[in-house]
Amino acid sequence: MIKFFLMVNKQGQTRLSKYYEHVDINKRTLLETEVIKSCLSRSNEQCSFIEYKDFKLIYRQYAALFIVVGVNDTENEMAIYEFIHNFVEVLDEYFSRVEPIDELPKICSALEPQQACFSPDSSFKGAASTTPIY
Amino acid sequence: MLYQDLQSTNLVEVCMALTVVSQIFPREMIPAVLPLIEDKLQHSKEIIRRKAVLALYKFHLIAPNQVQHIHIKFRKALCDRDVGVMAASLHIYLRMIKENSSGYKDLTGSFVTILKQVVGGKLPVDFNYHSVPAPWLQIQLLRILGLLGKDDQRTSELMYDVLDESLRRAELNHNVTYAILFECVHTVYSIYPKSELLEKAAKCIGKFVLSPKINLKYLGLKALTYVIQQDPTLALQHQMTIIECLDHPDPIIKRETLELLYRITNAQNVTVIVQKMLEYLHQSKEEYVIVNLVGKIAELAEKYAPDNAWFIQTMNAVFSVGGDVMHPDIPNNFLRLLAEGFDDETEDQQLRLYAVQSYLTLLDMENVFYPQRFLQVMSWVLGEYSYLLDKETPAEVIAKLYKLLMNDSVSSETKTWLIAAVTKLTPQAHSSDTVERLIHEFTISLDTCMRQHAFELKHLHENVELMKSLLPVDRSCEDLAVDASLSFLDGFVAEGLSQGAAPYKPHHQRQEEKLSQEKVLNFEPYGLSFSSSGFTGRQSPAGISLGSDISGNSAETGLKETNSLKLEGIKKLWGKEGYLPKKESKTGDESGALPIPQESIMENVDQAITKKDQSQVLTQSKEEKEKQLLASSLFVGLGSESTVNLLGKADTVSHKFRRKSKVKEAKSGETTSTHNMTCSSFSSLSNVAYEDDYYLNTLHDRGDKELKTFSLNSELLDSESLTELPLVEKFSNCSLSTPSLFADNSMEIFHPPQSTAASVAKESSLASPFLEETTEYIHSNAMEICNNETISVSSYKIWKDDCLLMVWSVTNKSGLELKSANLEIFPVENFKVTEQPGCCLPVTEAESTRSFQYSVQIEKPFTEEILSGFISYHMMDTHSAQLEFSVNLSLLDFIRPLKISSEDFGKLWLSFANDVKQNVKMSESQAALPSALKTLQQKLRLHIIEIIGNEGLLACQLLPSIPCLLHCRVYADVLALWFRSSCSTLPDYLLYQCQKVMEGS
Repeated sequence: MIKFFLMVNKQGQTRLSKYYEHVDINKRTLLETEVIKSCLSRSNEQCSFIEYKDFKLIYRQYAALFIVVGVNDTENEMAIYEFIHNFVEVLDEYFSRVEPIDELPKICSALEPQQACFSPDSSFKGAASTTPIY
Repeated sequence: MLYQDLQSTNLVEVCMALTVVSQIFPREMIPAVLPLIEDKLQHSKEIIRRKAVLALYKFHLIAPNQVQHIHIKFRKALCDRDVGVMAASLHIYLRMIKENSSGYKDLTGSFVTILKQVVGGKLPVDFNYHSVPAPWLQIQLLRILGLLGKDDQRTSELMYDVLDESLRRAELNHNVTYAILFECVHTVYSIYPKSELLEKAAKCIGKFVLSPKINLKYLGLKALTYVIQQDPTLALQHQMTIIECLDHPDPIIKRETLELLYRITNAQNVTVIVQKMLEYLHQSKEEYVIVNLVGKIAELAEKYAPDNAWFIQTMNAVFSVGGDVMHPDIPNNFLRLLAEGFDDETEDQQLRLYAVQSYLTLLDMENVFYPQRFLQVMSWVLGEYSYLLDKETPAEVIAKLYKLLMNDSVSSETKTWLIAAVTKLTPQAHSSDTVERLIHEFTISLDTCMRQHAFELKHLHENVELMKSLLPVDRSCEDLAVDASLSFLDGFVAEGLSQGAAPYKPHHQRQEEKLSQEKVLNFEPYGLSFSSSGFTGRQSPAGISLGSDISGNSAETGLKETNSLKLEGIKKLWGKEGYLPKKESKTGDESGALPIPQESIMENVDQAITKKDQSQVLTQSKEEKEKQLLASSLFVGLGSESTVNLLGKADTVSHKFRRKSKVKEAKSGETTSTHNMTCSSFSSLSNVAYEDDYYLNTLHDRGDKELKTFSLNSELLDSESLTELPLVEKFSNCSLSTPSLFADNSMEIFHPPQSTAASVAKESSLASPFLEETTEYIHSNAMEICNNETISVSSYKIWKDDCLLMVWSVTNKSGLELKSANLEIFPVENFKVTEQPGCCLPVTEAESTRSFQYSVQIEKPFTEEILSGFISYHMMDTHSAQLEFSVNLSLLDFIRPLKISSEDFGKLWLSFANDVKQNVKMSESQAALPSALKTLQQKLRLHIIEIIGNEGLLACQLLPSIPCLLHCRVYADVLALWFRSSCSTLPDYLLYQCQKVMEGS
């Protein structure tokens, strides 16, 4: 089950965050910094899955942007890994001609007010995602 | 707003509203919008249907009870012609099947068909992702199938074909197909095994593990970790890869590999694996990893330790690294292991001796800081077992402990452990200056707890003979009989009271007072320092002063007090929460059942490895040879277990350090032998049964052993007679007293010569024949619920075995005839109310009574509900009138004792998933278990199955037939209640009732 979905840039600024389980606002900042720190410390030769406390982080890097998904123990890591890519592909399709891909943050910040309609569930027809779509 | 949007005809608005509902929605408001959302399930637009399903899924997550009634509609969603709606409904099904797979077996066919269609590419193309058809949908379906087919051959057979197909189709070399494959393998190994499929799945794992891509390798290791629990031989196939992963630069991979090794540990490879784990442990800094790993190492060490020295050293490493973050069970279990010992007495002594020696050497080292927990373990062991030492005298040990005591970095909790150890050692040391110094030092300590201990020690020290008898050597496992009521202090209490001391107030009362007026004295430290001891829960004005005034008492009182305190201290070690029988259920004599003649196979494996060694020896570099060596040490003994693997996941592990269950030897001799037989046949089923029995046996035996001082009241077990008598008496009292009251009042203007209650009594014996039979059941007093000048209505409850019978009796107070009196009940959600036949007399004559009977069945649990209705009647054919009334029904009206045996209790207990635990303070009147249980029996109609020592088993059922089990346990004045039931909400409600009862009385 997906616990949270983050888009963070290399400087550690959160561009988009979506929590599927309640986390206190002040704890979110702490969690996000720790999460991005552990992602940045990984090299290309290391795998894209990190154990963090009692859940797992799955991350994917697109240029200067990291997309990190926190899941619980029962989740299939590879499925989530591909799900991230699917998400990015959909974004790309939706806002066609947005290149290069590191402009994504702009889109995301533009999206933020309408996050509700743009949570991973509603936009993914093709994916029929594995998320706990709300 | 939301409500409006949901009703809107604008698609976008409805869409938004549904999205908002599924994102943020308060639980309490669900009933308000639920019907609207249910309607949306039939909406013509698929996106609305899908969002409605998702909203219901959210509701199911936060309040499963409220959407129970629409399960049938989910089935419709599952068969929806739109794939999106179907996929959305899978989330709900996955969740529900996880909770209760047996309820959805009939859907297996549907899931299989859906998966077949998906795999066969029958979905629209826009569901494809990189030309793989709906991969996430496939994964979801595979998961559901895995849950459904678990341990169920018939259901599993339905899915073999489609799984085979999935494995075959997922050939494409894309990440997402690997994700599907992984799920497939998982499912194949979860369901009832089929050798063909297993083979194919095993081959798939090879693809993962050997892949150069790191992510796939990780996935492969994860799959392997799962799979080798079923089939350890697979690890042999991939041993070289595993070794490589063990030295992988990526710590995550390493960690996963250790996880894998943890699952294949056995007595032969334990040293190597634990060593690897310890290496990793020393490198990692993250607390979560440490806690997790330390627990695993401790478990392995306990299970498979090859010798004493290794065991103690490993545990030392565990304690010093895990320190204060590890789970408290680890030191507790370790100490229990030492104390209870194993089968062989001499070996026990050696182990203890070794532990003592190693701790002494550790303490000798200068400038080393040990975690507090480790020091506590050390001090306990030294206190108990220093007598085993030849060379060093107790005085020397005391000197070492003293040095620690004076150390500032030691916490005060540890200091109390240390001083307890010194106290234990003092009788053995003939005369010791250190002890005197220590007493001197700590009797003026600012820490009250330490001062208390120092005074105890001081007084004991003055009377060496008494001290020796009080603190015997090596008796830590024996139980002492405790006078829990501390009656020997009664004299002291009376004296105190007569001198004007305030009467004792129990802890919770004091806390309440503290809350009500902030500035009250703080008694906290006492409550804490004696934690579970007798001080808090007892009636004694000395509660405050006893600590320092103990010397003022007669020597005997003081000493006895210490005795009970000591005991509490030691008891505490074994876990307040510790549910002993359960923890032990894995140990015990299972190992006796393990077939041993497998060494030959192991040797074969060894030989095979060495042969390989030889054949490759020419081409191998030295490094590789090392790896081979490591491999052979890691995977030794794995082949042996392959005989077991297909026969379920029964835990057939042999515990090297078997806990000697001396308790049960005498009693369950015969049962054990039969157990051995069943076990050796290795059917998982019999193993389950075995564990049941075992659990019960231990429970039983513990009870026999422990505290026989509780004399069980035999009538306690007879539930009905107790509860019924007083009630019936009351009833007759009531019916007798009321008429006389009326007579006194001389209110002849009101016609009724008899009170309603009396008339009920009269009627129950005379008027209607079917009431006679009901009198054998318990019933409540009749209560007038409404009246006017012509009629008065009273009601009472009859608690029949199978339902609740509500009787309303209508008394016609007027002198006129009543025609067609009718009683109607308003429908209530939670009840099913049916009228009993035989009470439809059309006419109620003047001044007579007639009654209406309704049987009430409960639909779902609640705490309290109101049942209301009205009476309508005609008077003299003209004038019609209505009278409304309402009756309170409580959950207790539907609780009946469930009479089962302890064996059945054990079986049911294990089969129920919903449990609730809570500690409840008992009032003084019920301080002992039997009286507390009696209260529960009387007030809640629970059936007492058995009382064993300080534990009790009770059972009840909620009509019509939802069983609920209760396990009680008493510590001091706290009653730990543990409910289990097949219904998810029932335990909560019952707990609430229990709390009410326990606090109320």
